[in-house]
Amino acid sequence: MESAPAVETVGLRKSYGNVHALRGVDLRVESGSVFGLLGPNGAGKTTAVRILTTLLLPDGGSASVEGSDVVRNAARVREQIGLAGQYAAVDENLTGFENLDMVGRLYHLPRGQPGTRARELLSSFDLSDAADRLVRTYSGGMRRRLDLAAALVARPPVLFLDEPTTGLDIRSRIELWDAIEALVSGGTTVLLTTQYLDEADRLADAIAVIDQGLVIAEGTPRELKSQVGGERLDIHLCDEQRGDEAVAALAAIASDRPFLEDGSVRVPVAERRGTIADAVRRLDDAGIAIDDISVSSPTLDDVFLNLTGHAAEHEGEEAEVQSR
Amino acid sequence: MKALRYGISDTLVLAKRSLLRIPRQPDLLVGFTIQPILFILLFVYVFGGAISTPGLDYVDFLIPGIIVQSIVFGGFVTALGLSDDLKKGLIDRFRSLPMTRSALLTGRTLGDVATNIFQLVVMFSVGLLIGFNFSSSVGEVVAGILLLLLIGYAFSWVFAFIGLSSSSPEASNAYGFTILFPITFVSSAFVPVDTMPSWLQPIAEHNPFTYMVNAARALFLGLPAGDNVWLALVWTLAIIAVFAPLSAWKYRRVVAQ
Repeated sequence: MESAPAVETVGLRKSYGNVHALRGVDLRVESGSVFGLLGPNGAGKTTAVRILTTLLLPDGGSASVEGSDVVRNAARVREQIGLAGQYAAVDENLTGFENLDMVGRLYHLPRGQPGTRARELLSSFDLSDAADRLVRTYSGGMRRRLDLAAALVARPPVLFLDEPTTGLDIRSRIELWDAIEALVSGGTTVLLTTQYLDEADRLADAIAVIDQGLVIAEGTPRELKSQVGGERLDIHLCDEQRGDEAVAALAAIASDRPFLEDGSVRVPVAERRGTIADAVRRLDDAGIAIDDISVSSPTLDDVFLNLTGHAAEHEGEEAEVQSR
Repeated sequence: MKALRYGISDTLVLAKRSLLRIPRQPDLLVGFTIQPILFILLFVYVFGGAISTPGLDYVDFLIPGIIVQSIVFGGFVTALGLSDDLKKGLIDRFRSLPMTRSALLTGRTLGDVATNIFQLVVMFSVGLLIGFNFSSSVGEVVAGILLLLLIGYAFSWVFAFIGLSSSSPEASNAYGFTILFPITFVSSAFVPVDTMPSWLQPIAEHNPFTYMVNAARALFLGLPAGDNVWLALVWTLAIIAVFAPLSAWKYRRVVAQ
């Protein structure tokens, strides 16, 4: 049952001189889903979003939004999309209301609509009290919410969120996540870029991991986790000296070689069901006493380390080449 | 037809945005009011006594010149605004909207016309208070004011280009003033050209800014205009014809690199 994707790219390429931001990227975002584009700084995430939102021309390949080509039919694409980004692109010298009203007018909403829609959005993003204050007095979290509201003025079917929570504190991030989740339940397709693994895990139905301009893995958060070997038993022995014996005893039930780390035995397992009992039995047979045993599910951090050979970067702003 | 209607409405929406900024940024408001007033007072009362302008009171000589200079710099808001929009990512928001693309530029430059009118009112009022007199016909005064507004509009496009070419509002400030300040001073705006050293005189005489100042002086003071009005008009139109397309080109490049 294949329906037309809301966003599709085929072999998308873009270089800035010698810097190859995108080296042939294929993406497919199903209508009504949340798609997470996950990658470290400079991976090419922002470049992909800028091409999809008609801000940048690709060097090669093609991209379409709601069936319209982003190069040949850019004007049609702009009518279908909303963009919110890491810069919180709102005018500091206007009030919250004036910002949204202006955006509504520039979307050519019918007379009277921009104002009504602005009030409506300010209220649903909990900004009514600040509606008539200049944005430069807003907190970081309020700016991001206003930025997201601005992206929603024309009720676009496809929303692009470029690192929507980069630089926000935990509370503001959670508030923004709630707002995004509420949107999705309304049927909007969302393409989200993030370098926060927990963000993709929480919000996205499907994830593409991108590194150095290439998609290096795709799937649901669950599929990606199982790709790094599923789950893992962490066993702490009463006598840490007997680690090597435990590794030998458990090798048969492991999906990959068990190893020692921080005084514990780590045992990658393909299937958690039954393996705890199995492990306990084998160690018992070998006469090795267990102090503690637990199962850990891999995080997307593990996925990332496994796929790219380097850890995801959590700190700092996106350092991608900007089009100046 | 629809495209034209949207083009006009988008321009007006963005001109309004550009204007709303001014009263909300005290430094800009100072730049448009107190600063030119101070300049007028400094020149008239500090330098004026030392500058001899045969046949004219210095205040009559100065006001048209200093007003042309202020009008030229009025477009600075456009440079500041555009480089700020670039830096803060607002240009991306505008470019992702289904609006007329050039409206960001036409809106800003149109907004400048309104600030220029405001500048004219402030500066003529101060001038009249300290002894400036219009000594020409109403028709000439009106023509002079229209010429001033056209000059201001032309330099808004110069500033649009500067703003789109600089990496920050501070940089556009530095570029704008470094380039335009000497040009406005090596002219007939503040002193008669024939008091300058002989090697400098030809430069000052053929400075387009001198034509503009001489044209304003002729139209407001009822002096013989010679070719000054026509030359000023031709230069002004030429500046628009060069810098409007250049800015539009730069804006597309900044966008679609």
